[in-house]
Amino acid sequence: MLLYLIRRIIYAVPIALAVSLFCFLLVHIAPGDPINAILPPDAPADVVAQVRALYGLDKPLPLQFGIWLGHIVTGDFGRSLATGRDIWPDLASALKNTLILASASAFIGFILGTLLGSLAAAFNGTWIDRTCVGIAVAGVSVPHYWLGMVLVVIFSVTLNMLPAMGAGPDGTSNWMLDWAHLQFLILPAVTLSVIPMGIVTRTVRGIVSEILNQDFITTLRGKGLRRSGIIVHVLKNAAPNALAVMGLQLGYLMGGSILVETVFAWPGTGFLLNNAIFQRDIPVLQATILVLAMFFVALNLAVDLLQTAIDPRMRRS
Amino acid sequence: MSEDLVKVRDLNVTFVTRDRTVHAVNGVDFDLAGGEVLCILGESGSGKSVTLRALMRLNPPARTVMAGTVVVGGHDIVGIDENRMADIRGSVVSMVFQEPMTALDPVFTIGQQICETVKRHEGVSQKDAHRRALDLLDLVQIPSAERRLAAYPHELSGGLRQRAMIAIALSCRPKLLLADEPTTALDATVQIQILLLLRRLQQEMGMGVIFVTHDLGVAGEIADRIAVMYGGKFVEEGPVREVMRTALHPYTQGLLGATVHSGMRGRRLTTIRGAPPNLENLPTGCAFAPRCDVATDACLVAVPALRGDPDHRARCILVAAGKEETPCCSI
Repeated sequence: MLLYLIRRIIYAVPIALAVSLFCFLLVHIAPGDPINAILPPDAPADVVAQVRALYGLDKPLPLQFGIWLGHIVTGDFGRSLATGRDIWPDLASALKNTLILASASAFIGFILGTLLGSLAAAFNGTWIDRTCVGIAVAGVSVPHYWLGMVLVVIFSVTLNMLPAMGAGPDGTSNWMLDWAHLQFLILPAVTLSVIPMGIVTRTVRGIVSEILNQDFITTLRGKGLRRSGIIVHVLKNAAPNALAVMGLQLGYLMGGSILVETVFAWPGTGFLLNNAIFQRDIPVLQATILVLAMFFVALNLAVDLLQTAIDPRMRRS
Repeated sequence: MSEDLVKVRDLNVTFVTRDRTVHAVNGVDFDLAGGEVLCILGESGSGKSVTLRALMRLNPPARTVMAGTVVVGGHDIVGIDENRMADIRGSVVSMVFQEPMTALDPVFTIGQQICETVKRHEGVSQKDAHRRALDLLDLVQIPSAERRLAAYPHELSGGLRQRAMIAIALSCRPKLLLADEPTTALDATVQIQILLLLRRLQQEMGMGVIFVTHDLGVAGEIADRIAVMYGGKFVEEGPVREVMRTALHPYTQGLLGATVHSGMRGRRLTTIRGAPPNLENLPTGCAFAPRCDVATDACLVAVPALRGDPDHRARCILVAAGKEETPCCSI
């Protein structure tokens, strides 16, 4: 098991390297020369060359990548072109906020999805099944930025129950676990949870109804196990595949909340990315995408390890 | 035996879905005394597995309609509520399934799967359950029992898996063991070992056993009595030797003619032409008549009751209703 763990972690290294290479090349894929963003178009050629050398852009590409990677590893993500500030403090605070939002949405979406999916599978073919699937399809199909605006209209504008924008009462992003802060989380988290809820519902429904049709369920009934005893078996059998889907969904939630964060002015990575895109702030873009991608790699690794811990058939060396 | 262990009267099992209605079992009657071994013989789709599962009410609950009387160990299986039924399953009556790979939960160890059964019915501690599990593995002759309890089903061979399956079924000393083709999925050499094991355990524990198979050889090896099933009905029933030697029903004769057994030397194997009947739309007459070489017009009108010697009866109009045993025909 320990060996497997080490091997899996080693496997993740080339993926992480490839991802960082891609992020690095973003600058070179994007049209235009970064120098143009700093210097006026009529700058003399020797100034251009000077600035190019200053930024290390005259060195060969592999060497640039090596230097950049060295900085990243030591926690130096560079400076924002737009603000001139260090990227890392802003990115760290945005990451924290996105993590809070993503975890809250995942919590809502995964629990609801698991419940609805299990219900649908247990009552396969009945109206309960059709209702659950209907909710799931609606959840996946509704554009979530639209849903966010509708929720704001209902709960903030009309009912005046919940705040519509921001992550805290004083406009700062210092998160605290109290009602004053929690009420800001509710609308964006619910909005964002709809898609994972729908996807998890459909996945769990598929997995569980397949398990319920397996021979060993008849054996369990034949042993005299009650419903509660059988549910334990179904859960342990369903967990590896359901977790794989949930891990992916959590990854999407981390990176895919740009629209919802924009609608609710939630100061997370989506918000940061959105601003960086409009200001062509490529270093910020690079750093944010890299960190989010690393989260994705780490999540996949965690899911793989969890799956292996649960399902003994995956433990073969 | 004063009280029968199993009493089945006019059992009908129908599977109803929105599109169709399948009449899987159509009026089965039989009794089984404690310690007796009955073999139900028949082709795929003859209703033998459904009959067996009906004795534990294990057919899919949502679409199964069960009618008639089924009494097992004094419990009314048809009318009892689901909680009481669950108490009976595994303790009074338990089942060994055909395919031990899929019938065991792949993500639980053999030990966990035995222990949970013992704990469910006898409320003993984990430690006592574990000790019982060890004894059970010894009983079914699984070597290095301690290590095997910690093994997952995929880590065992087919034969060992089936032994583990038997250990689970016997874990609460049931009075009635139901075996649904327990040797069909195994290698020939392993088949005979499992068969001998089941026979020995049956004798040691004095259980009643109902054994479903399509293999005449298996039936001859283990059974006291044989019931031959066709189209959801028992078409012949009698002591194993008598049925093997003087089969009354043309279908049983056909089965015997299609199987290699002693006394067949120098004779050609025969086949039964045609295919089993459609259970959605059974004929009013004898279900075997369309495939029968000796069928007459009378066969198509109605199905006769089981007739012949009370101990050896068949559902064929060619069998004399009296006491004497005359094969209706010879192939």
